[in-house]
Amino acid sequence: MGSDCSSVVAEELHVLAVDDSLVDRKVIERLLKISSCKAVTAVESGRRALQYLGLDGEKSSVGFDGLKVNLIMTDYSMPGMTGYELLKKIKSSSNLREIPVVIMSSEKVLARIDRCLEEGAQEFLVKPVNLSDVKRLRDIILQGYENDEDKGYQKRKLQDLSPTSSLARDLTPLKSASASASAQQSCLKRPRL
Amino acid sequence: MEVVGQLQKQYVDFITSLFREAYLDDQYVQLQKLQDDSNPEFVVEVVSIFFEDSEKLLNDLASSLLVSISLFWVFILCLRPSLLLMVVLFFLLFLFQLYSQQQVVDFKKVDGYVHQFKGSSSSVGAQRVKNACVTLRNFCEEKNLDGCSRYLNLVKQEFYLVKNKLETLLRMEQQILQAGGTVPLLEQVPLLWKQ
Repeated sequence: MGSDCSSVVAEELHVLAVDDSLVDRKVIERLLKISSCKAVTAVESGRRALQYLGLDGEKSSVGFDGLKVNLIMTDYSMPGMTGYELLKKIKSSSNLREIPVVIMSSEKVLARIDRCLEEGAQEFLVKPVNLSDVKRLRDIILQGYENDEDKGYQKRKLQDLSPTSSLARDLTPLKSASASASAQQSCLKRPRL
Repeated sequence: MEVVGQLQKQYVDFITSLFREAYLDDQYVQLQKLQDDSNPEFVVEVVSIFFEDSEKLLNDLASSLLVSISLFWVFILCLRPSLLLMVVLFFLLFLFQLYSQQQVVDFKKVDGYVHQFKGSSSSVGAQRVKNACVTLRNFCEEKNLDGCSRYLNLVKQEFYLVKNKLETLLRMEQQILQAGGTVPLLEQVPLLWKQ
């Protein structure tokens, strides 16, 4: 069973929340704690978030207190560095790009949503975020860890397959390196809802 | 026990009216759901932060919309000029103000503050405040100083109204708890306000 192999459960999830609004930080922190996330770190700016992630200095996704960050939730509109800019910085870091990043915004602007998803955001949540949003998100992230476990198993299996097998044929298009396909790839890598 | 029952009924009536009159919306219910025995003061804490934040934002907004040259009006009146001179000066200043109002007010900054206010009021469920902020932002986009000033007053008004209501609501909750009862959960409130 996948759940037996899963090395990450909700109670171990460490989430980094980034929002310039104190009210929103308090609410998101509570939402995450109620959804059984082990640790929530809330910071007020993109710059602080990068400091915490060690992106401006040491190279490590371990926070100061030694907990690895499993999910980053950031507000879009923030003074200084926007959530989008933070997303780009995270995705361009070899250490941190695997961490799912969720963008939150009170404004449902399609162009904004597209831009964030294209840049690799896991999801775009419209504020105010509620409990069902967070629980669904938590399940997606945990499912992602389970899928990674399964993928590892699948990779070993594939080495035994011949190039003419149906599975190998299905996988070949994935290997093409065109820009549109790479966007598709990131979609496929995202765990299904 | 009778006292508790009465207090509870008053509470339900009051909160129902708040929803019906759109002072509060569903987001407030969501906040109450996040409160439990492990965090029994959650709503009070969030609402308190909202009050503090908002007072600051309102101050920032007021000062950023202040057109400094309006002080000249006061200055002129203090000079006690002859009527003719006063008319001429007023007219000149009026023209000057028309010309320079775009340059004096930083609408982008104002918009930034309003955006913040809209966000925090939305996060606690203060619907009327949020709606007033939305309209205020439209005036900012149009660089309509008159509209902005008027709507800032409305936003302020709505904020103090909802602050008052929320303080009353939270006080009523305290009274119920002190009388030994439990605060009625909103799911149990008749769905009048949803119509």
